[in-house]
Order: sequence, then structure tokens, then C-alpha cells
Amino acid sequence: MSNSLKLAGALALIVVLLVVVPVALSTTGRNDLYYTLTLIALLSVASAGVWITFYIGRINIGQAAYALIGGYVSAILVVDYGWSFWLTIPAAGVVSAAIAILIGLPILRLRGVYFAMVTLVSTEVARLAALALPITHGARGMSNLPPPGPIAIGPLTLIPDFASMADTHLAFYLLSAITMLAVFGLVYRLVHSRLGRLFVALQQNEELAASMGVNIARLRIIAYAFSSFLGGVAGAIFSAISQSVYPNSFTTQDSINFMLNCFLGGLGYVFGPMLGTLVLQLGWNLLSEAAIYQELIYAIVLIALMLVLPNGILSLLGMRARKAAR
Amino acid sequence: MAVGILQVEHLTKRYGGLTAVNDVSFNLMEREILSVIGPNGAGKSTLFKLIASFVKPSSGRVVFDGEQISGRAPHIVARKGVVRTFQEATIFKGLTVRDNVVIAHHLRSRANLLGFYLGTATARADEAEFGRSADEILAFLGLTELRDEQASALPQGHLRALGIAIGLATNPRVLLLDEPFAGMNHDETMRAVELVRGVRDRGVTVMLVEHDMPAVMKISDRIVVINFGQKIAEGTPAEIQKDEKVIEAYLGVEDEAIGM
Repeated sequence: MSNSLKLAGALALIVVLLVVVPVALSTTGRNDLYYTLTLIALLSVASAGVWITFYIGRINIGQAAYALIGGYVSAILVVDYGWSFWLTIPAAGVVSAAIAILIGLPILRLRGVYFAMVTLVSTEVARLAALALPITHGARGMSNLPPPGPIAIGPLTLIPDFASMADTHLAFYLLSAITMLAVFGLVYRLVHSRLGRLFVALQQNEELAASMGVNIARLRIIAYAFSSFLGGVAGAIFSAISQSVYPNSFTTQDSINFMLNCFLGGLGYVFGPMLGTLVLQLGWNLLSEAAIYQELIYAIVLIALMLVLPNGILSLLGMRARKAAR
Repeated sequence: MAVGILQVEHLTKRYGGLTAVNDVSFNLMEREILSVIGPNGAGKSTLFKLIASFVKPSSGRVVFDGEQISGRAPHIVARKGVVRTFQEATIFKGLTVRDNVVIAHHLRSRANLLGFYLGTATARADEAEFGRSADEILAFLGLTELRDEQASALPQGHLRALGIAIGLATNPRVLLLDEPFAGMNHDETMRAVELVRGVRDRGVTVMLVEHDMPAVMKISDRIVVINFGQKIAEGTPAEIQKDEKVIEAYLGVEDEAIGM
């Protein structure tokens, strides 16, 4: 794809998400869809983190732990320390990344299913820690979180006080959509930089990369910390939207979903987790009509999709290109 | 007398009760081609991993350029200039031939990781230079026509050449080649022998571990023979061919195997 085509695609995505969707929803009066789309944007941010760990060749089934940590960091800083919500977003990311570095140092030596198993446990560990630690307010968690305050430079109000809004759905949607766009911009840049090439080298063969003088331990930590940073950011915004965080805000099921989003969208494509989250989340909601058969149908569709498209939905693009080349 | 560039001093590696490498010492001279040979299971591969610091010795040490390198992380040792290739054709299978070699230039980059991410001027200059250098190395090894092929699609002989290309791209002072001729027919081996000589002529000291005796006899300046983890002989190919202990170690394989 040529550069101008890519730029046009990026601009189109921005316009659709920030202009077309809000206009369409307000003219049709489907304000209820904002929440669904906000959720999809946030979940795809967390999934993008998981995708990065896939990119260095690790299966990460523990992202919900970092989302939970991010949610608590934001809530605690806002409620107990009086921080502005906006500052807690990067703070949540940084704390999640710092914890990921501590945990990652020992466990990133593991590969394949062993790493996956340890990460799978981590979400449960985070939930139990949230139950046990005094700072997290125990089993009831933290509720009635205040809505995000304003950001103003002098007389200029950049972001109005959420509490003054009649309906915060649009505001939260825009916040989440902008976050998602920024995150996927960062990940896109990563993949197309030399750092991204080194990540691929790691994914393909760590020993060979080490023999070339690549500090593989350091790169693994960077990737995992970046991944967890995104989990923390998503968790922080989620806690503000739901105005609460409690030990079950994010569970192992969420960790598994983050991973599935990546699989379904395509591990070889930056925008795979975004598309995967959209399809999985919308599909799940649509299936709620099927009541008790919801999970059954969902599972069958997932299995079928993975059998037919093992490289994700976005691999359809590649197939068409290959056919055209023939 | 040439200058020693790398010293192996009383190197020993035990795995539980098994002593894979037992008190081995020798000296690698600058710009020579030294081969380590020995029957299967003699401890050659372990010795190789010890020198590249992929395995830590139980006792003894490896000194490169006056500095101990054994016990340090493999990527540090590679940065100092001691670089290994791998026994099986170990490459980045999912990348093109050229990208394999470009990535291997990592050691020479002047930009840091953040520079890589942001694509600073230094990082882009690095990138352009690595591309040129990669093309030059690929031409040297006769891989130019295959540069855009997916590496996984290469036949055996070219895979080995690519392995050497990756090693060269790191700009090593000592290149350790693990069985560079394995799985090659006679013609391929002879071409590979010329390649390795060419590598040496670029100023790189070469140490290789190899089974193919005729190739070893043809290519080596000196040979170290290992049996049951111990060094049993060291000398020029002519000296090794006459050495009684070596003949004894290879008895049953018959004289032909050591190229007589």
C-alpha cells in the first residue's frame, strides 16, 4: 500500500470514529450504542497490549490483571489522594508497567505454554490481592467514583467538567475513541520501526537474536511493560466510566477474551485486535437474543472462524492480494 | 609467531555426573582458521557453546583480547566481537533473506532503542547503511538473486551461506561456525570452503566445529582434536593425520575418515 493511501485510510478512520459515528447515533437517537462502542474501544486498547506480547512470541493470558491494577490505581488516586482523573490515566499505565517489569523479570524467561500458564494465573492473583489489601477497600471495592473534572489552561477550558454534562455517554465515547486511535498509532509506529524488527527477531528466534548482540532480556521487558501500560490505561478509563472498581471488574474471562480478540483479528496485523474486539463484542451482544444458546452459538462460531481463518479475519486481505498477484 | 586473540584456559563443563568438556586449553591466533574435531559426543558442541558464552563453564575460563568473556551474557560477548552461527540452519524464517542480514547489523547501530522507535536521523542513517552493507555481504556470498526470497524457502546450501552472512553482518573479530558443511554434497562443500576462506581474508578469525574430515583437512590452519571431553591433539592438518592418538580415537571409522 502506498503512503498516501495509508494516510487517507488513517484520516478516514479518524473521521468515521470522531464525526460520522456521533452524528449517526444522535440523529437516529441510538444513544445506548455509545456504551457498547466505548467498551469496544477500551477493550481493544487492552487487546493491543496483548498483541504486542504476541509480537515478541509470548502468549499473554494475563492482561486483565493489569487492567484491574490500572482501575484501582486511578480510583485510589482520585478518591483517597484527590488527584485529577486525567493525571491518573498515565499514572495507572506507569504503575501497571512497573509491576509488569517486576513480574516480567523472572517469568519472561519462560516460553510457550509455560509463560501462558503463569500469565493465566496472574489475573486471579490480582483479584485475590484486591480482596486482601487494605488499600483496595476489600470485597466491596470502590464505588461512586466522581466523574472526570475539567482541564483548563487559564481561562481556556480544554475539557469541560463531566459532572456538568447532561449526558456523559458522548464524552466518554470520544475519550475512549481518541485513546484507541492514539494507541493504535503508537503500535503502528512500533511495528514499522527498527524496534519492531527486533521484536520480530525475538519472536522468530531468541538465541539467534542474542548471538547478534541483541539484549533479548531487555527487549522482552520493554515489550511486556508497554503491553501492561496499555492494560493499565484501559482499566483506568473503564473505572471512570463505570464509576466503580471492585475485585471482579476484570476476571480471567476478560484475559482470555483479550487474547481471543488478537487471534480473531489476526496476529500479523496491527489493527487485528481492534477488529477482533469489534467482532467479538458485537457478536456477543447480538447473540443475547438467542438467550440460553448464546454461549453455545458463540463458541461454535469462534471455533469455525479459527478453523477457516487461522491467521485472523484480516488475513482475508492478504489472500485477495495473493490471488491478484497470481 | 602470530598474536593470540582468544585463549581457552582449563575449560571444564560438568552436567551432573557427566563431564562433557574436561580441562581443555588452547590458543586461537589472529586471522587463522582453527577447526575442532572429534567423534560424536566428544564434547565439541559444548565447547563451542562455552566459548560463545551460551553455557557457563564449571571451571576454567575463556579470554578474548585480554578480557574474560566466559560467564557473561551471550549478547555482551557478541558485542565484544565473538559471534557464533548455529548448527541447524538457524535463521529468521519468516523474514526475507535481506532482512535477516539487515537485522544482524544491530550491533553496529549508533541509534538507541528510543531512536529506533522515533525514527531519528541517526536511526535512518543506520538503516540506509545497513542496507548497503547487507547487499555487499549478500553479493560476497552469492545470495544477491535470492535477497527478496522468504528465508524459509531457501535450500540447505544457501541456508548455510545465509547463516554465515548473518554472522558476518555483526562485524565479528572471531566467527564461530558450528558444522558449516553438514548436509552438503561435495560441490557445495567445496564452495563453502572457499566462502570460509574468503571470510578469513576479510580479516576475521574463524573457528569451526566440523565432522567433514576432508573439508577440515583442506581448510584448517590448525586443528584441535577432542575425545571424551579432553583435548588429545593439536597441530597442523599434516601433524594431526599422523598422530597416533587421533588415529586410535577414530579407529573403526578407518583412515579414510581423517582424509588419508
